[in-house]
Amino acid sequence: MRMAWVAAVFAALVVLLGVGLTLNPREVPSPLIGKPAPAFELPLLHAPGKTFSQREMLGKAWVLNVWASWCAPCLVEHPVVSALAKSGLAPVVGLNYKDARDDALPWLKRNGDPYQFSVFDATGRIGIDYGVYGVPETYVIDRRGTIRYKHIGPLTPEVLRDKVQPLLKELSRES
Amino acid sequence: MRASLLALALLAWSAAAQDPALEKRVAGLAQELRCLVCQNQTLADSSAPLAVDLRNQIREQLKGGASERDVLDFMVARYGDFVLYRPPFKASTLALWIGPFLLLALGALLLVRRLLRRRAPVPQLSEAERARAAKLLE
Repeated sequence: MRMAWVAAVFAALVVLLGVGLTLNPREVPSPLIGKPAPAFELPLLHAPGKTFSQREMLGKAWVLNVWASWCAPCLVEHPVVSALAKSGLAPVVGLNYKDARDDALPWLKRNGDPYQFSVFDATGRIGIDYGVYGVPETYVIDRRGTIRYKHIGPLTPEVLRDKVQPLLKELSRES
Repeated sequence: MRASLLALALLAWSAAAQDPALEKRVAGLAQELRCLVCQNQTLADSSAPLAVDLRNQIREQLKGGASERDVLDFMVARYGDFVLYRPPFKASTLALWIGPFLLLALGALLLVRRLLRRRAPVPQLSEAERARAAKLLE
């Protein structure tokens, strides 16, 4: 009887700690899911004279990818972002975060530019509104301008296949 | 690079010197908030670029007349309850707040049960044993 108790408590602990091991403590659930994408109006990376606002995307689902030339994991996810852009499921807009044009533009030239365009958030102020804390981050925004999904850290082919692409397909069916 | 760092430090120092009351409020709030980049540090302790930005953000908002509550709400709206070093009391944090007390109560219960069991009844001597003991003690 006593042994059974000890064994039960031990098993419960093992399960609890085991589940804990599979979770990622760095991943903070975003309070922004289901909320309207924070408003911004930022200059374009390539054309400082022109600006872009998230309002212009109302009516279609799109992807906002936060990147920077100083961010090593951004280079890691670059092929995945490129594959997403090439799939044509949704326009991919870049948010160039706390970067310098002199670094960002050569980075795109070197590694390829998958973005429809990138907006330039030099101070990171818009990043704060989007709750950015670990570049790269990726947001899926629906046609009503609601954030439907957020991925923190580099996009992997698995996340693209299992999360982002199915969601974008679902969003394209929504009207 | 070094010159600009020095300039930044001077700027921060002069800002602090300008309005000590404001800086105290900024520091107070920064102590309450988690740095999302190095998650076991407060915004006050962290020197991560994001922490610097967020401290500036706190300062700007307080300067603009925001209350402490407003600033905390601003942070929670963007980063979730996780930024708060004092998590709010609500359904999802019930286990966090009540759990330790439940465990304490459970421990106390087990301890009391154990102590009661240990106080075993003193064995009573039968008449024959009493007589034998008396004989031995004579």
